Amino acid sequence: MTPDILAALEQAKQNKRPVVLATRLPSGEQRLLPDPDAPADLNEAATRALDRDESGTVKLGDTDWFLHAYNPPLRLIVVGAVHIAQALVPFAVPCGFSVTVVDPRRSFASDERFPDTVISTDWPDEALDKFAPDSRTAVVTLTHDPKLDDPALDRALKSQAFYIGALGSRRTHAARLNRLRELGHQDDALSRIRGPVGLNIEAVTAPEIALSIIAEIVAVRRNAPLPSKPAP
Amino acid sequence: MSLSEDILSTAAAWRAAGEQVAIATVTETWGSSPRPAGSQMAVTKSGRMAGSVSGGCIEGAVADAAMQTIESGTPQLLDFGVSHEKAWEVGLACGGKVKVFVERLN
Repeated sequence: MTPDILAALEQAKQNKRPVVLATRLPSGEQRLLPDPDAPADLNEAATRALDRDESGTVKLGDTDWFLHAYNPPLRLIVVGAVHIAQALVPFAVPCGFSVTVVDPRRSFASDERFPDTVISTDWPDEALDKFAPDSRTAVVTLTHDPKLDDPALDRALKSQAFYIGALGSRRTHAARLNRLRELGHQDDALSRIRGPVGLNIEAVTAPEIALSIIAEIVAVRRNAPLPSKPAP
Repeated sequence: MSLSEDILSTAAAWRAAGEQVAIATVTETWGSSPRPAGSQMAVTKSGRMAGSVSGGCIEGAVADAAMQTIESGTPQLLDFGVSHEKAWEVGLACGGKVKVFVERLN
């Protein structure tokens, strides 16, 4: 790999621009795609690789190309800078998530409690409007406080977020769904919220609950079959 | 060492620090191979390693090939199949097959 290619690739990653590194096999010549100067079929194959978020080898004419898809990181928005959030961040980062912790309560959302983590002290609905969750974003609410969780869930439901989870017992969750219904959300939309949050591994401690949450997020991202949550 | 999947950044940092580095990338898989296409491993001439291209079965052989590529500068496309036929041949116990591209970070 030449220094130019490496620098261009690092630049694209830094700018969160999706790119494909195409390597001709077995000779090893490389180029970044999409590129207006590249053949149309190569650009199309690169776009498909990015859409599917899947790297692989394609044969175009007589040439084998390895297309390495570099999409910007998945995003996780954690609402509530609570103890479980402190445990969740170190699981989420190595799983490929760029994490933002949202909590207007500055005593919770401190750099000391969340070192090396992006923190927003905006009100959750404003924070979510800013971050604009897309289909590569997961949103988890952990505050247990309707004043903070509800506005975040309202915005998450209006977004394409691939995962929405809300901490709280079944009873809490039922009450929460009623409040969100009053905001105009229909039942089919509300069914997107995973609550009680996390896979059922009988988690007790904060790290165990965080593990159950990240496991559920990964399961949804990878289309694993999941049992439906018990009706509230 | 970082546990993240961003092996290329690790490799680039090693290169910037003056190490001689090769990168191995899974380019194609068949059957039950443990790591998907795009999985990477970085190897330095001094013996540092990051990432993986299998469940651990072929990393040793890939590291040997990486050393050759660091010396020669010539990329290699390695083909690993199942190992059960000849016990001494490096392969994948799981029965999968993978191709691994090895290149020098210049």
